[in-house]
Amino acid sequence: MANIEASGGQPASVPALLRRNAKMFADAPAYREKEYGIWQSWTWRQTLEEIEALALGYLELGLNEGDFVAVIGRNRPALYWAMMAADMCGAVPVPLYQDANAEEMAYVMNHCGARFAVVGDQEQVDKILEVQEQLPQFERMVYLDPRGLRKYDHGALHQYSDVQDMGRKSRDRHIKTIEAVEAKLDYDSTCIMLYTSGTTGRPKGVVLSNRNIIETAKSSSEFDNLKQTDDILAYLPMAWVGDFIFSVGQALWVGFCTNCPESAETLNVDLREIGPTYYFAPPRVFEMQLTNVMIRMEDASRFKKKLFDYFMAHARRVGPAILDGKKVSFADRMKYHLGELFIYGPLKNTLGLSRVRVGYTAGEAIGPEIFDFYRSLGINLKQLYGQTEATVFITAQPDGEVRSDTVGVTCPGVELKIAENGEVFYRSPGVFVEYYKNPESTADTKDAEGWVATGDAGFIEDGSGHLRIIDRAKDVGQMADGSLFAPKYVENKLKFFPNILEAVVFGNGRDECTAIINIDLTAVGNWAERNNIGYASYQELARHPQVMQAIQEHVEAVNASVAEDEMLSGCQVHRFVVLHKELDADDGELTRTRKVRRKIIGEKYDDIITALYDGSKTVSTETEVTYEDGRTGSIRATLEVRSANVLPVATKKLAAE
Amino acid sequence: MHDTGGIENNRRYEGNVCVKDQVDSYVTEDGRTIGPVVMEMKNITLRFGGVEAIKDISFDIREGEIRAIIGPNGAGKSSMLNVISGFYVPQEGEVWYKGARRPPMKPFQVAQQGIARTFQNIALFEGMSVLDNVMTGRLTHMKTGIFSQTLWKGRAEREEIENREVAEKIIDFLEIQAIRKTPVSRLPYGLKKRVELARALAAEPLLLLLDEPMAGMNVEEKEDMSRFILDVNDEFGTTIALIEHDMGVVMDLSDRVVVMDYGKKIGDGTPHEVRNNQEVIDAYLGVSHD
Repeated sequence: MANIEASGGQPASVPALLRRNAKMFADAPAYREKEYGIWQSWTWRQTLEEIEALALGYLELGLNEGDFVAVIGRNRPALYWAMMAADMCGAVPVPLYQDANAEEMAYVMNHCGARFAVVGDQEQVDKILEVQEQLPQFERMVYLDPRGLRKYDHGALHQYSDVQDMGRKSRDRHIKTIEAVEAKLDYDSTCIMLYTSGTTGRPKGVVLSNRNIIETAKSSSEFDNLKQTDDILAYLPMAWVGDFIFSVGQALWVGFCTNCPESAETLNVDLREIGPTYYFAPPRVFEMQLTNVMIRMEDASRFKKKLFDYFMAHARRVGPAILDGKKVSFADRMKYHLGELFIYGPLKNTLGLSRVRVGYTAGEAIGPEIFDFYRSLGINLKQLYGQTEATVFITAQPDGEVRSDTVGVTCPGVELKIAENGEVFYRSPGVFVEYYKNPESTADTKDAEGWVATGDAGFIEDGSGHLRIIDRAKDVGQMADGSLFAPKYVENKLKFFPNILEAVVFGNGRDECTAIINIDLTAVGNWAERNNIGYASYQELARHPQVMQAIQEHVEAVNASVAEDEMLSGCQVHRFVVLHKELDADDGELTRTRKVRRKIIGEKYDDIITALYDGSKTVSTETEVTYEDGRTGSIRATLEVRSANVLPVATKKLAAE
Repeated sequence: MHDTGGIENNRRYEGNVCVKDQVDSYVTEDGRTIGPVVMEMKNITLRFGGVEAIKDISFDIREGEIRAIIGPNGAGKSSMLNVISGFYVPQEGEVWYKGARRPPMKPFQVAQQGIARTFQNIALFEGMSVLDNVMTGRLTHMKTGIFSQTLWKGRAEREEIENREVAEKIIDFLEIQAIRKTPVSRLPYGLKKRVELARALAAEPLLLLLDEPMAGMNVEEKEDMSRFILDVNDEFGTTIALIEHDMGVVMDLSDRVVVMDYGKKIGDGTPHEVRNNQEVIDAYLGVSHD
């Protein structure tokens, strides 16, 4: 069974790895999920049995080699198994974002021509049934949670456990097929197809082979010295490449345990109960946690607040150095230990990060204050740079060389080069096979020698060899006077303030930069509460004069910091508005991974941008919004346009030298 | 996250109105089976001193249906619910339950008969966690005594594990996992209402009485609650009798509606019938002067 091995005698496909683990780590936990308040776990041997039963069931239902199986739902072991079972049948799993609306799903499922879908619950079943007519190739749906589905027509709809039972019963008939398929699977066969989130245009299907997945899992596990006894919490969208690498790729390679939370709302409790040793979160999650800690400390008693401030100040001073193993005086070390006892330890425990050995953040730039806060607590938080097309890993920060302003050195097996326009290119064993049914895009992105364009502009720092990313290459533009325009750089600086959730900076081809800003309701709302400022809605809070004043101070602080950078001092924000609604993926303003869609925002708020440049003091605007259930409505508001102080751009000559 | 659009699901079954009173059971348009009469109120009159809160009211509740009692303030709805739950004993009239006349009984005896309720002014144990509150709903299903429960050995241990499982399934069903261990006093109003529903459900009742389940809620909370009520009825087949002010909600949810005004019954039938009943329109909107 699955004897094909890659060089070095290692298993060459996901099912082969699974069989190896079922032998090697037979009784070690492979997956855990909290259900009915109790953590249920499956050993590697049981996992293999579950997956095989499902794969046999797939075959009984008529799944063929080369078919596509859409997988939609929140992170649950059964859905990870659904992907691996597809691999076992020689089919290709395609995980989709569970919060995608029916049309987005229809596009993706049509594009790959999925015949099967495995979904989590009624919500997803309903979505697919809604668009079923647009999917000529779609045949069968398997669901996990039967709630509310009892009365649905079960002609082409099956419960997950029934499919497994069907598989167990028909084992004799189909096991030979599975053995034959697995024997054929090798490093070059497709392991998974993931759709890019579509920051620009339609999502593209990224085909990743077993080589991509296994080589990446192998080198990255070695890079961070991951162990079989590690625990991770799987809570990031299953359709995101990182989740597949962590919860399936690395989990299979190393044999560690993947833990699935009970529901999205219980995440914090589950995190604390599991205490992962290997943890991954986008900067937004760390930001939110820090904001919550700070808000709660504001409400704490004076003594506790004093204690917290005192030890946190000490941690900021020596914590990162201790973590990096640098020289720290004995007295400072002792004081840090005391702090660990009173503050850092309990705080890490509350956050569920006590056991974290390796923590990563990626996807967006993280604020230096936030980054340093976690590191000063003794949490080994590092940065990583990657993308779907690279099977995540391009660069990562090795232990001891962690900084908030770089994304690290190249991962093992990765080569980097910087093009003349500053765009970063890479080549690695993780480089994707192709975009499915889209040879033009494949050719645009990947050249004949295997170099892939990241679309990001950056440079390799002299001396350290660390990569620094400035911005999306296509967003980097020029101001009217020819100086560099890098909106993301400024936006990130703005977003580092807890009060600012989102910022969009405009200025390409213009004389001056301006910005549209979103306040963070949690942080600003708490501030309003503490200062006895009443508000009835987001809209009202957003235009409160004191809020406007606070945001103005933030903008001016950012301007001062931007002015120090010779290359980018032209990007200071001259005028800004605080938007009356949160930017939302449902309105198409953000991608599903919550990245700003600059162009769409530019078109949608054209009237506001005009007002930002024509010197008006206020602007009246009406915006269409989409509610969660798909209905639309509109919000009307009059926004104040504020001017912020800017520092003279005197350093420009220096930049030209 | 719930698809809130489902509330408009057609739960009405106009047309065969007169047939259903004679038959043992029938199937609604949305495929639910409504069984025979499970509870019947016969000529109930309830007085508090000289005040007649309920005057000679008769109606029945069928197995598996959602039965609403509506009416303006002071119409006697809550009194009616208290009669059903056995808390008030009417001076005149009979309560028939499961084919037999029910003698006056204590509330705990009523609970043992499979009737559970929620209260208009939330009556939870504020200092206890959500889970503990839900567990109290399992009380009628526990047979071991206080002594063996304290020792927590053998049967008492098994029993608690079984009951905890039921409680957890209900917590999962009502999606309150995230607040499982939170003390009730720290919860917002809408969630407390849901916890109360959870506790009532934990008793695995045949008949569930809801006293204004949506009072004081915002639109979103109402939609959630409506969805849960429909789901409870659908998944567990629980018969539900509810009092509610929000007419839109009542009309969408219920199979049949009793309308009360000044202690008298002024209407009884499907939402469609009730909506077109002139007496009901007058009671709610005042008499028209056209």
